[in-house]
Amino acid sequence: MENQDNKILDFEKPVYEMQNRIEQLKREGSVNAGELGRLMEKLNELEGQVYKDLSAWERVQLARHPLRPTILDYIDAICDEFEELHGDRLFGDDPAVIAGIGRIDKLRLMIYGHAKGRNTQERIRHNFGMAKPEGFRKILRVMRMAEKFRLPVLSFIDTPGAYPGVGAEERGQPEAIAENLKQAFNIKTPILVIVIGEGGSGGALALAVGDRTFMMEHAIYSVISPEGCAAILWKSREKAPEAAASLRLTAADCLEFGVIDGILREVHGAAHRDPQGNAAMIKEKILDEVEALGRINPDSMLRQREEKFLAMGIFEED
Amino acid sequence: MNWLKRAKQGIKTWRKKEVPDGLWEKCPSCGEILYHKELIRLTSVCPKCDFHFRINPSAYIDILTDQSTFVETDGGIRSADPLQFRDSKKYTERIRISRRKTGRNSAILTGTAKLNAHPVSLAIMDFSFMGGSMGSAVGEKIIRAARQAISGRMPLVIISASGGARMQESILSLMQMAKTSAAIAAVSRASLPYISILTNPTTGGVAASFAFQGDIIIAEPKALIGFTGPRVIRETVGEELPAGFQRSEFLLEHGMIDMITSRRELKKTLGFILDSLMCGVSTRVEENYQENDRKTISLIW
Ligand SMILES: [Zn+2]
Repeated sequence: MENQDNKILDFEKPVYEMQNRIEQLKREGSVNAGELGRLMEKLNELEGQVYKDLSAWERVQLARHPLRPTILDYIDAICDEFEELHGDRLFGDDPAVIAGIGRIDKLRLMIYGHAKGRNTQERIRHNFGMAKPEGFRKILRVMRMAEKFRLPVLSFIDTPGAYPGVGAEERGQPEAIAENLKQAFNIKTPILVIVIGEGGSGGALALAVGDRTFMMEHAIYSVISPEGCAAILWKSREKAPEAAASLRLTAADCLEFGVIDGILREVHGAAHRDPQGNAAMIKEKILDEVEALGRINPDSMLRQREEKFLAMGIFEED
Repeated sequence: MNWLKRAKQGIKTWRKKEVPDGLWEKCPSCGEILYHKELIRLTSVCPKCDFHFRINPSAYIDILTDQSTFVETDGGIRSADPLQFRDSKKYTERIRISRRKTGRNSAILTGTAKLNAHPVSLAIMDFSFMGGSMGSAVGEKIIRAARQAISGRMPLVIISASGGARMQESILSLMQMAKTSAAIAAVSRASLPYISILTNPTTGGVAASFAFQGDIIIAEPKALIGFTGPRVIRETVGEELPAGFQRSEFLLEHGMIDMITSRRELKKTLGFILDSLMCGVSTRVEENYQENDRKTISLIW
């Protein structure tokens, strides 16, 4: 098992220190139930403080937190059944994105998203959630199947970006992303999008055109990574914290710019503090939203999806 | 200000910027000394080595459209600064410099024109305006060009030259990829041809949206085309790049584009394609309407 200590961010250390103290007291049996209750309340309070009013850079770190729940955690926690579907039928199967048929209570749906992996081994296998053309084409295949069988779609966004490699370019990385973006405006079935971690660039967007988009409180969504932006505009990757602030990549920023429909508050301060609690919250949201989307006539839904994206952007006109 | 007016006032500055305004030019590729006026007549293509000089939107108008048929549309659209972005320079300052340099409000020129007698909706990106990067202004002009194509039953022709999405508008720039894709999807449902022309360079968010959504994709020779730039691929992945990687010829070989066409042949090629693809359009559009009523082509178009 990996050591948890080196996964804790500096600013959240007080939370883990207090938690460890409480656990030690519990082990020693030196506190009674009343005192323990008060300590837990204090811990709650501390979580509330530590994960509030964070800088953009701190949120970037939280969005990429090594303990942050991934799509695999959410599928495990939310679905009563899930059957993964593999391959694009053209070249291969890209483990950077996963797709499959899920059941949540009585709801049947197609689920897909970027898979970052939960430990070093998984992260390498899933290529850190950086998709290649075959990944995007697998998603398109599943998107079309969802339409064919009138199943709603749930998409989890969590990627630093599309994979920057020779093979990916040879096989048409720009074409693959472009085709997903275009076809998403023809898919006549509800699409619900949740940005759970990093929404990085075109590689994120290729899975993120839908009818409703929500961001987790500490998720980020941006045209370029803060490091990439800093390297180009500040000529130094060290300036990533400044770039993060300039890029306005937090959930609150995206809501302000009309890019998302809502923010999902993370239970216990941050998703990795209570994965089960956060999954339960998301599950409720999914059931509500899919039900609401299901009541819209498919043709007007497509038109609304189109109108929503056509209206995005802020410019001036003489 | 519309393009014709600008031309009359003599502030069509492209020859100064892209092809130096001396009497003679030296080809950066083969070193051949070329007479300036002759180079313009040759669509700024070196007669010795076929090197394509970078040219601006007005030059493409001269090369591609039937004389005096181009009418600029939406020229008043320009960038705002919604994020109040600043790095070493303010975004507003960068825009101001680009506007002064190009005499244009944004990194794209749009309008209608005739091309071999075909009315077309035309959009031409300007690399000298902040690297042709796509922010909200470019995105809006693309969708209006698409709308213009649909309402006028015209083909859409877009000439891309862009490093990708504009960082200074962050998430709003990213969303222009989806926004322009929605517009191209609508042109497609209206059974109108969309011809995408890729010039040096076409990368990032522009490549990964409308530039690769053409019914027919034409590239100029030796243009850099891809999603991630070659430097980033080399640095982040440490892979050795194969010879000719991400150049037009490489993409043709890998099945990613329909053809490579010299700029000198571009009008002729486009003319033939439009003759062919447009000959059934009126009946196709009619059938489309009858069959799908307003389902496939929504009211907003
Ligand atoms: Zn030459």
